[in-house]
Amino acid sequence: MSTPLIEVRNVFKSYRRGGQVVPVLHDLTFEVQRGDFLGLMGPSGSGKSTLLNLLAGIDQPDAGEILVDGVDITRLSEAGLADWRAAAIGFVFQFYNLMPVLSAFENVELPLTLTPLSRRSRREHVAAALRLVGLADRMEHYPSELSGGQQQRVAIARALVTDPRLIVADEPTGDLDRQSAAEVLALLEQLNVEFGKTIVMVTHDRRAAERAHAIKYLDKGELSEAEDVRERSLR
Amino acid sequence: MQFAKLIARNALRHKLRTGLTVLGLLIALLSFGLLQTVVGAWYAGANAAAPDRLVTRNAISLVFPMPPHYREKIRAVEGVKSVGAANWFGGIYQDPKKFFPQFAIDAAPYFAMYPEYRLDESDKRAFLRDRAGAVVGRKLADTYGFRVGDTLPLRGTIFPGDWTFTVRAIYDGAETRTDTSQMFFHWDYLNETMKRRVPRRANQVGVFVVQIADPARSAEVSQAIDAQFRNSLAETLTETEKAFQLGFVAMTEAIVVGIRVVSFVVIFIILAVMANTMAMTARERLPEYATLKALGFAPGYVAALVFGESLAIAAVGAALGIGLTFPVAAWFGTQTGTLFPALEVSPATVAMQLGCALAVGIAAAVLPGRRAARVRIVEGLRAIG
Repeated sequence: MSTPLIEVRNVFKSYRRGGQVVPVLHDLTFEVQRGDFLGLMGPSGSGKSTLLNLLAGIDQPDAGEILVDGVDITRLSEAGLADWRAAAIGFVFQFYNLMPVLSAFENVELPLTLTPLSRRSRREHVAAALRLVGLADRMEHYPSELSGGQQQRVAIARALVTDPRLIVADEPTGDLDRQSAAEVLALLEQLNVEFGKTIVMVTHDRRAAERAHAIKYLDKGELSEAEDVRERSLR
Repeated sequence: MQFAKLIARNALRHKLRTGLTVLGLLIALLSFGLLQTVVGAWYAGANAAAPDRLVTRNAISLVFPMPPHYREKIRAVEGVKSVGAANWFGGIYQDPKKFFPQFAIDAAPYFAMYPEYRLDESDKRAFLRDRAGAVVGRKLADTYGFRVGDTLPLRGTIFPGDWTFTVRAIYDGAETRTDTSQMFFHWDYLNETMKRRVPRRANQVGVFVVQIADPARSAEVSQAIDAQFRNSLAETLTETEKAFQLGFVAMTEAIVVGIRVVSFVVIFIILAVMANTMAMTARERLPEYATLKALGFAPGYVAALVFGESLAIAAVGAALGIGLTFPVAAWFGTQTGTLFPALEVSPATVAMQLGCALAVGIAAAVLPGRRAARVRIVEGLRAIG
């Protein structure tokens, strides 16, 4: 049996609000296998996004270990984490987070400028990524000239263009209409099934959660059993 | 490439805001350049002074004259090459507002000592032959339309009565900074006329311009000249031409200091405006900076985006402001007539404008750049929506 892609061991996380310590995650331990599509659900303030941020290396736990592909990212420096994120993580945000002054092509090319790829190679990678998300004919369009669904597909192309091991998606359909949301979810599913990408997705959306292979339910900083959760969330 | 593209497009994102900031920079740098040019013009006389020229005046004050026979005594001092008398005339041409400096001089030695005043040789000979002849500078001639052969009437103030001169020559400056807004005529003509009109005011010299053989001995020669007249009725004070000219500047130093202070205040004001622009920009773009950092860009890259944008705006403002300083200074020079003899935008002024633009560009980006670089990704992303 292969080693899991993500190993979370005894992770604690709390925030300070007005001098008070508010615990968010309490002694979490779980694994995500390679090629999994994991849905993280739970009520607002339950710590889903915090957990996702920890897995993506954009926040640090108070205690515990997070290993991604064997690398303990809690021990990396800020610069080390930046390099690690550039190579290993693809981000899909709820509000797309595209650079408004760059075209779809340039937005997708952005993470590749951190790699040693030649300009020609970059162009080939970007064109392939945009073709995959069905936006080959919108390369020169700016985000303001695209619909929400199209912007999110550009964001997905940006997330996959560096061929990361892990794609993290924070409410990727939260700002989309039903049709666009279905297209985006289909795309994520395609990345998971056809390209073997491991995906961790935070969502409130029951339809979105249905696409995941497994669902973890987070409440008051603790994870519930997946089987119960699936029933609860789909009820 | 992507970096430069981001900077350029970010700078043009809010065209009105960027345009107004550039306009502010343009006006500030233009004002700064003009004010510094005016200050420079104030020092034009001192800057144009030659190291081998001394000026001897009455030790009590410039207002008090010296007898003309000092000329020979000064000439006899070791190290002195040439001596020429000069009197400030202070006449009015048509209207007191039409001011220009007039000097009665020992023409032959005076022009020999001032090679920067360039005269046509035949015109110069005509001037030396005509006791009522006058030489005017090119700028003065252009301002009032004087031509060789014209009659130039002046109404005396210090030296009473009406005075009529004939323009015999027009001199040009050897350099652009040479003062060509002056008029010269014969000291003998002044003296002889005063002997007739007010005899007690005759035989009076304002200053002696002294040319020395070795500029390195200026202090020694100055002391030797003054020693000649110690304990006389008109003791003298001899100093270098530069020191003499700076003495005039010192009389109006408060104004010069005021102009200098205002020129830098203008720069501080635009610095505040620019810093505000960059602070607003950085605040609005925190989610984008957080996204860049999430994608793996280093904090230094994010800070460089802010600095790059600030410097790009400053560069455009500087190019326009400095570019406009030249024509505006030229126009200002024509509007002020002979008030500023040499209103020239110096390389030092341009360098200061560039330095100020660079300083504004950098200083305005320090805090926003720091904030952008330090933004926590999680907090920056939370600012969306």
